[in-house]
Amino acid sequence: MEAETKNITEQQEMQCDGTIPDKSGHFGKFGGKFIPETLMPALEQLEREYLLAKNDTKFNEELQYYLREYVGRPSPLYLAKRLTKKLNGPKIYLKREDLNHTGAHKINNTMGQVLLAMRMGKKRIIAETGAGQHGVATATAAAMFGLKCDVYMGEEDMRRQSLNLFKMKLLGTNVIPVKTGSKTLKDATNEALRDWMSSVRETHYIIGSVVGPHPYPMMVRDFQTIIGRETKEQILTLENRLPDCIIACVGGGSNAIGIFYPFIENEEVKLIGVEAGGVGYDVGQHAASLSKGERGILHGSLSYVLQDSDGQTSKVHSISAGLDYPGVGPEHSYLKDEKRAEYVSVTDDEAVEAFNLCARLEGIIPALEASHAIAYTIKFAPSLDKNKIIVVNLSGSGDKDSSEVARKMGMSL
Amino acid sequence: MNRIDKKFQQLKERGETAFIPFITAGDPSIEITKSLILDFENRGADLIELGFPFSDPIADGPVIQSSYFRALEGGVKTDDILEMVKGIRKTSEIPIVCMISHSILYKHGCGKFLERAADAGIDGATIPDLPIEEAESIIAIANQVGFKVVCFIAPTTTDSRMKIIVEKSQGFLYYISVVGITGERNTLSDDLAVNIKKIKSRTDLPVALGFGISTPEQARVAGQIADGVIVGSAIMREIDKYAEGEGKLLVDSVGRFLGEFIESSKGRI
Repeated sequence: MEAETKNITEQQEMQCDGTIPDKSGHFGKFGGKFIPETLMPALEQLEREYLLAKNDTKFNEELQYYLREYVGRPSPLYLAKRLTKKLNGPKIYLKREDLNHTGAHKINNTMGQVLLAMRMGKKRIIAETGAGQHGVATATAAAMFGLKCDVYMGEEDMRRQSLNLFKMKLLGTNVIPVKTGSKTLKDATNEALRDWMSSVRETHYIIGSVVGPHPYPMMVRDFQTIIGRETKEQILTLENRLPDCIIACVGGGSNAIGIFYPFIENEEVKLIGVEAGGVGYDVGQHAASLSKGERGILHGSLSYVLQDSDGQTSKVHSISAGLDYPGVGPEHSYLKDEKRAEYVSVTDDEAVEAFNLCARLEGIIPALEASHAIAYTIKFAPSLDKNKIIVVNLSGSGDKDSSEVARKMGMSL
Repeated sequence: MNRIDKKFQQLKERGETAFIPFITAGDPSIEITKSLILDFENRGADLIELGFPFSDPIADGPVIQSSYFRALEGGVKTDDILEMVKGIRKTSEIPIVCMISHSILYKHGCGKFLERAADAGIDGATIPDLPIEEAESIIAIANQVGFKVVCFIAPTTTDSRMKIIVEKSQGFLYYISVVGITGERNTLSDDLAVNIKKIKSRTDLPVALGFGISTPEQARVAGQIADGVIVGSAIMREIDKYAEGEGKLLVDSVGRFLGEFIESSKGRI
């Protein structure tokens, strides 16, 4: 029996002819569509429309226009001189996604998906959000195009991201509190999927990361690769060569895949994803799905997941609401197994330390998510020669985290 | 012959609609689940849909999700559910179809799980998060152990998908009566009869109707157009009402509640 299953799996792997994902949405053995039948036709429509749009010059020109004129792209690739000096190692460049309109990389994806939703004739947008960055980015795009928008957010996240909660409301979005399960991103995703089950005919669901069923991991990746494409062009202009290493934080993994993807073909460039190590390696203390998880299915795709021996999703923890998620995008699982990218983790405390250090040395307050990437850079950079180059994806601004960090430091704002 | 096929054949000969109650295994306890199944059988339920609790169900509404949550809080594990079914098989031949998330199946190993489930006396499975595209290998394994993978058709299902699903489904077809999640609703959709007729023109498999059937009157309407009527959330809500009290009272009360649904779906009242 097991031999039989294995054969079928091997056949599926062999169907993969080098294009990732393959036609059925598999990244090697990962990915796929594990979703109720009710939603399948919507996913088929989405995939069809997306592939048409992707090759449509008019769609791309429109998207480029808004990314340039409204989001403010390209974002700078900034040489962090004082951080470089302090670590006494390689040159450290920061890809400033925090300077995008709404303060994070999330808007690259929501602009693309809102344009797509309008192409499909959908009048209502829904989204899930953890840190609130994706929620704000969705609310912003929806406001700009005059679409109705509902965002699901866990109650625990509403508490620790109250600024983003308020911003969404200002932007005319209805924020729906999620009281089930752990009251965080995972549960907000469940609720958004349930909403979509009932509203699929007139609603488009904008998933905020490279997770979920096919075509989301592919589509969100494609919208985020602008980060990597710009980085490649910028570093070639600045240094006339590619970086030695790219470091990005990984929750669902959209900013990481966005900056990694154009460099996957350049095997000399080391790709490092940094997960949330939380407060320890026991169950419930961290959110390091790739480092500590197993293959499993969550929210519509096969990937590394934190779960118990009976297949129930484990509790997770991270100080960063955007990384507090028990799964990860299937393409990261693929890159891990293919050994093309390496995944590590840093603790809550290390992230807070990096948050502070970046603020003092560079005058940039990074999001707690991006602080994980900086924290690993602080540990890793001193081991490299001075003639090397590291690019860190500074995926978002830390404005939203100020009160949470203050609380942790024993202050109140 | 598999118990599911046998049951539908008997019902067909009698010209009767199948009544299929859904219950969550382990809510409020695995012992009560067992008593309920045996009681439901005595009252005339034809098949049982047995929910394996999952931490992150996406096809289910708040009532069933809460029942999963309570069952998991109570500590129920897959092994306990399989043992319970083994116990039922000592005295009962009622067909049991489990509703199980692919997440749990995958974790246990699909082949291994299906073998163990069949061995325990489970006759088939509905896997709400497993669309037909991803189901092929599981259906192949199911065929080897005489297990039935019951597939879903939704109101949104396109013609081309329906064609594949009716070919692949085993035992019966589960028609989702509404665009949405499980849970009670005041009305049933108008195009139900048309859709079911369309499915039946393409297959000899029985078609059972579920999602949103919450009153005996709706069960009666459903029973007139489908070969089977599945009721879940309404039962789980009733179970929750008595969860704090004594087990016998719960089983009696829920059983009585069910009785009216059974009679209505079979067109007797």
